Amino acid sequence: MSVEVTGISKTFGAYAALEDVSLHAKSGRLTALLGPSGSGKTTLLRIIAGLDQADAGGRILFHGHDVTNVPAGQRKVGFVFQHYALFRHMTVFENIAFGLKVRRRRDRPSREEIAERVHKLLQLVQLDGFPNRYPAQLSGGQRQRVALARALAVEPEVLLLDEPFGALDAKVRKELRRWLRRLHDEVHLTTIFVTHDQEEALEIADEVVIMNQARVEQVGTPQEVYDHPATPFVYQFLGNVNVFREQSLALAGNGIYFRPGSLVAGGLVYVRPHDVEIVPHEPGADGIPAIVRHVHTAGPQARLTLEQVQTREPVDAEISRAELDQLGLQPNDLVLLRLRQTRSFRPDYAI
Amino acid sequence: MAGAVISRLASSAPRAGATPRAVTDPAWLRYALLAVTVIFLGVFLVVPLAAVFTEALRRGPGAYFSAFASDETRAAIKLTLLTAAIAVPLNLVFGVAASWAIAKFQFWGKSLLTTLIDLPFAVSPVISGLVYVLLFGAQGWFGPWLDAHDIHLLFAVPGIVLATIFVTFPFVARELIPLMEAQGNDEELAALTLGAGGWQTFWRVTLPNIKWGLFYGVILCNARAMGEFGAVSVVSGHIRGETNTIPLQVEILYNEYNFVAAFAVASLLALLALATIVLKAIVERKAHEA
Repeated sequence: MSVEVTGISKTFGAYAALEDVSLHAKSGRLTALLGPSGSGKTTLLRIIAGLDQADAGGRILFHGHDVTNVPAGQRKVGFVFQHYALFRHMTVFENIAFGLKVRRRRDRPSREEIAERVHKLLQLVQLDGFPNRYPAQLSGGQRQRVALARALAVEPEVLLLDEPFGALDAKVRKELRRWLRRLHDEVHLTTIFVTHDQEEALEIADEVVIMNQARVEQVGTPQEVYDHPATPFVYQFLGNVNVFREQSLALAGNGIYFRPGSLVAGGLVYVRPHDVEIVPHEPGADGIPAIVRHVHTAGPQARLTLEQVQTREPVDAEISRAELDQLGLQPNDLVLLRLRQTRSFRPDYAI
Repeated sequence: MAGAVISRLASSAPRAGATPRAVTDPAWLRYALLAVTVIFLGVFLVVPLAAVFTEALRRGPGAYFSAFASDETRAAIKLTLLTAAIAVPLNLVFGVAASWAIAKFQFWGKSLLTTLIDLPFAVSPVISGLVYVLLFGAQGWFGPWLDAHDIHLLFAVPGIVLATIFVTFPFVARELIPLMEAQGNDEELAALTLGAGGWQTFWRVTLPNIKWGLFYGVILCNARAMGEFGAVSVVSGHIRGETNTIPLQVEILYNEYNFVAAFAVASLLALLALATIVLKAIVERKAHEA
């Protein structure tokens, strides 16, 4: 079941939450809506679910069928809320069974069938031993899995997750997102999830939709969007980045690699910290002269903060700890910087 | 009072061991505050309550129970029960509807509506009664029309019920609005995406979530409905055996120097108050556990 959204806008008074957004989530794929808070990603998800109404003109198609005016309860979507929204006065079992129990009598499975399906789902989300617990007696990760099981119980054709791991601590979040990826590989349900965590989106999604200020900035596989950001925003959002003025690089000689045709005259040049190479300073050699200011070694990589000699602007660099030991760098050392991979944009795109 | 259930819920965080010395107040201050509270409660609550029962039982249990034998007193008790039986369910429905609207939807004039709900608390009950006289009295706006159609609101049971509804309508809504606002509407939306309809969502999700707050509001509403004096006094007309409620009957008996009977009937209201407090405590504990 593919999900297609065309020309969706949503305004709250004078504030535009979405401006003419279109997107296509392919059948059976895991799509991430990634963006900073206020970018409109949750609003878009709620509109897809039918929990919010888009402004006139936009259309939502599920597998080619127009569902724009179909109420949420009939869209066959499973929705998982950021704060779980479990029914607090019901047990885990009752929570998961809810969607089946509220069906009209002729569509409603028998009591035994409901029990069987709930137990299967409990196994799927690895909560076999907890059918009689109340939500308050579960950890955050367990609640989130109950919410997922509850959404899956009604056999939705599209699964929508709003910041599914946002309220969890870092370690549980990592475990749960890998588990979600495995689960998705088992059930192959068209899934769209909202996140502001680029690491999360890049790790588990098949396709990433990057949103900013009510618009879609770029769509692509994690590899594509990370390696070839289409806009300065995407560059900055997907990891750390240094920004150089093109003029300030003119004196650096051949120390800078530009992708053919990518150089914009008078533009801004974007470089990831791990694409900054540090070499010992030699008079006349290629490279941007810079002074080491700070060296952070707590972590797998050594992170350095440097200052360009000419412009006095800071530069972040990431090198391996072995490389750092070899260079023997100390604060206030003079070095040369070479840029391995760069991308330049017109300055009016800059943020 | 409003939101008491919520504040109980909010303060449910476990306390770790004894409070450190540095953050406690000095002993003399704690004892002084405690003493002021106890003395105040004693003088203004316990002594009057004890006086009611002492006076009621001054001539023994026989005289006490014979006070309830008179037809007028029985009629007053019946009328009070009838009034509460109409006013409380109506305010229950109104309170739930109003809190649902205010807590779960955004609409123009919402804060005005919230303020209006508080109006009966802000206005003196006598004024509330007078408003009905101005509206429905013989010289009032609708008086001639009502008279022409032979409808009697004032100095009759309908007027008493109307005045009681007016005076007691904030109780349920005031209790529920903060509770429902705190709970948000995620659970209702979740029910919606799972295919539940509006009524199913209300009965299965919303109502169970607010039941203790609702019960709490209903108890308070009932206590006030049975005990209301001012507004009812203005619209009742004090027709013996017909338009007297318990509080009005107490006044009449007292003015006739029938002290034992007056206090005996008053003790009914005092017992109602005690029962209300006990129920309220139980409900608060339940809400706290839930």
